[in-house]
Amino acid sequence: MTQPETAVDHYVGMFESLDHAEAGGAGELRRRAMDRFAGLGFPTMKNEDWHYTSVAPIATRSFNRTGSPTSLSAGELDQYLFDSPDWTRLVFVDGWLAPELSSVHDHPGVQISDLSSMLREGGKVPQLGTIADHETVAFTALNTALMQDGAVITVAGNVEVAQPIHLVFLSAHPVPQAASFPRNLVVLEKGARATVIESYVGLRDESYLTVSVTEIALGEGARLEHIKVQNESAGAFHVATIQARQERDSDLHSFSYASGAELSRTNVNTLLDGSGSSCTMNGMYMVSGSQHVDHQTSIEHAQPNTTSREIYKGILDGHSHGVFNGKVYVRPEAQKTDGKQSNNNLLLSDHARVDTKPQLEIFADDVKCTHGATVGRLDEVALFYMKSRGLDAEQARTLLIYAFAADVLEEITVKPVKDALEAAVFARVRGGKLEMASD
Amino acid sequence: MSTAIESLVNREYQYGFVTEVEADTIPRGLNEDVVRAIAAKKDEPEWMVEWRLKAYRRWLTMTEPHWPNVTYGPIDYQDMIYYSAPKSVKPLASLDEVDPELLRTYEKLGISLTEQKFLAGVAVDAIFDSVSVGTTFKEELGKQGIIFCSFGEAIQSHPDLVQKYLGTVVPHSDNFFAALNAAVFSDGSFCYVPKGVKCPMELSTYFRINAADTGQFERTLIVAEEGSSVSYLEGCTAPKRSGNQLHAAVVELVALDNASIKYSTVQNWYAGDAEGVGGIYNFVTKRGKCVGVNSKISWTQVETGSAITWKYPSVILQGDNSTGEFYSVAVVNNRQQADTGTKMIHIGKNTKSTIISKGISAGRGNNSYRGQVKVMPRATGARNYTQCDSMLIGNECGAHTFPYIEVQNDSAMVEHEASTSKIGEDQIFYCKQRGLNAEHAISIIVSGFCKEVFQNLPMEFAVEAQQLLGISLEGSVG
Repeated sequence: MTQPETAVDHYVGMFESLDHAEAGGAGELRRRAMDRFAGLGFPTMKNEDWHYTSVAPIATRSFNRTGSPTSLSAGELDQYLFDSPDWTRLVFVDGWLAPELSSVHDHPGVQISDLSSMLREGGKVPQLGTIADHETVAFTALNTALMQDGAVITVAGNVEVAQPIHLVFLSAHPVPQAASFPRNLVVLEKGARATVIESYVGLRDESYLTVSVTEIALGEGARLEHIKVQNESAGAFHVATIQARQERDSDLHSFSYASGAELSRTNVNTLLDGSGSSCTMNGMYMVSGSQHVDHQTSIEHAQPNTTSREIYKGILDGHSHGVFNGKVYVRPEAQKTDGKQSNNNLLLSDHARVDTKPQLEIFADDVKCTHGATVGRLDEVALFYMKSRGLDAEQARTLLIYAFAADVLEEITVKPVKDALEAAVFARVRGGKLEMASD
Repeated sequence: MSTAIESLVNREYQYGFVTEVEADTIPRGLNEDVVRAIAAKKDEPEWMVEWRLKAYRRWLTMTEPHWPNVTYGPIDYQDMIYYSAPKSVKPLASLDEVDPELLRTYEKLGISLTEQKFLAGVAVDAIFDSVSVGTTFKEELGKQGIIFCSFGEAIQSHPDLVQKYLGTVVPHSDNFFAALNAAVFSDGSFCYVPKGVKCPMELSTYFRINAADTGQFERTLIVAEEGSSVSYLEGCTAPKRSGNQLHAAVVELVALDNASIKYSTVQNWYAGDAEGVGGIYNFVTKRGKCVGVNSKISWTQVETGSAITWKYPSVILQGDNSTGEFYSVAVVNNRQQADTGTKMIHIGKNTKSTIISKGISAGRGNNSYRGQVKVMPRATGARNYTQCDSMLIGNECGAHTFPYIEVQNDSAMVEHEASTSKIGEDQIFYCKQRGLNAEHAISIIVSGFCKEVFQNLPMEFAVEAQQLLGISLEGSVG
């Protein structure tokens, strides 16, 4: 697995041509990250974290950033808004903020800005680049060097933001082989509460690349509900990282939904860095055709009395390939850790493939940690039972597939999103099989 | 509760004595001449020498793997003695000719070659350093057509069988340590069970490293013909020495149609002292192949010794309806490290595998379960159940789980469960309330934790394993 030098050089070249104004207040950070990316190169399958996912399709192409957002009408956006057009939302097209599609409600104690304009004014963005690891993770380094735009959300102490904040990343690139590098930062100060939803949507079928990074800092007792919905179009390559750092008694609820893209990889990582902090990491992936979907999660219990819960479910049809690697680390000082993790996969075709690797690394003794993983197809007995109750084979299969997915979708607390995703599963499961992803 | 246990734990490794026998060794270092010298010592035919050299040349092109979750200093392969044999060993007609010093050694270890005959009814092949010192019950087994002898003897007496099966499960090029073993292996056990024969007694090999600075490289090959069955036990000990010694063995099992092989190991190599000085590096390749339909291979291991244990007894489920099993208890204390588990490769239809792994970490030990369950595209109806539980005693040890589950057939059912916990205070409290002291309480809780594995051990070993476990954990609660 040697990779062409040119792919890395291409991005180095792109970095060198960034104009000074854009590099803005993050010039040094970008430079450092670019050096790291040049040193690391794209990961190969020899890298344990990429053992089952080849990024050759990304590393052998040269993707370019689009200079400015493609202009879209508000109507084109409607179907991605979960029937909740009144939420505060920032819409980014081709990686850049589209102000005419965005609307931000004023809320005391809440600051929502776009990263690009913050940096352009030469300003510094505190905490930017301090949570996600651009030293050893190639895609994070690449994003950090070339980051375009995204949301910077700060919620002041004890402020509760009742309505979700919706970030929509649309790819409508006018030319093939385009790339965008969204970058978000969410900071909840002590006791703050908020919900942030990230949607990734593609409007064109040509191949394009999205490399995103979201950094999350949760102060003492803060609580964040974070939902990522990945509905990229069929030609997309999508690599996303969500990295959180949690202080004492904070709580992160994360959900990652992936149904689009030719190849997608989502990393969800959190550091439980305060006693009493907790996280719930759930996710669902649903792929068919030749799609490849990969989730890597890491929960690091660094302090005592921390709790984690994780459920990922996958439905795979056609020749698709699903990958799951969930790591749970318990550091020596993290006594009284309580961790549960599970990954369940449903195979609907002879050719679908699943590689799953739940992983526990434990250095403290007073802990309760369990993990489990299953791979299988629909239960013949359950199908028989339903048929004996008068349902035909297709209905029975559809119902069982839906029930399998609903189990984890139920965990989403934002009702419009839950309803939309449940509807999406129903729409895609036809006749007991998974339809191809529709854009 | 700590003091009582501490005194217990610090008990000496009771197999750490050295036997003074004159040894026939070859000079330190490794090169083609050494490989030839080993072959010459054993008077091996040309095909065997060629096979060794092929492996040696392949080994030269390989690099020592470092992916396991263990750390150790560099191994100097040129500063090791690759062959050491007690001098008195000549082809023996009966046990009566065995050097009495050696027999005493085995008696000390509780493996009385002579007494075994009358009492246990277990056929034993004892390997002392590099060579086999005696095989009991040969005649009786011979009546049924069962061949059970040292590997060296098998090469001489049954070259056709050895040639047919040697390297078919673990090729000479399989991995770094397997290649090294293929080049320099000195002896080991060979077992052949003919068609339709159920081996009437447990077969057993006892391995003993005695000489200093030697590596022990033995090779075991067991072939179970159609419809046959055999149960095989393996035990190991070594003297206490401050240097590390390498043990790189290879075990190959071949099960043909309807055959079954049960392989049990109680591994108690010297583990080094409390500070991690000395001990055996136990880097072993064990693999079985269910070649025939309805065949079955079952591994049971109790790993309490060795400074570093690194092995994955695996089963290739090639025949339709074949079954693979892996039952393991791995205990680490002080500075021991273990990276162990299994691979179940499902190739045939309706193949089944079960994995039960119990890891116990104490002191500053690190215990990793690493397992792979792979279902190939044509393995319709494959079924796997995996359970791996870890128990931590003390807060300086570690327990790690790395399961790799790779499924390429939708009719497969694969389940993996793992848990990690400590001995519950409430469990200890309950036992104490019933009049048991803390140490005894822990011992019964631990044996309850390991029960599923112990009940798969043959009777003779189950008792030994229980005791070993008690000793290994001595002083670990504090």
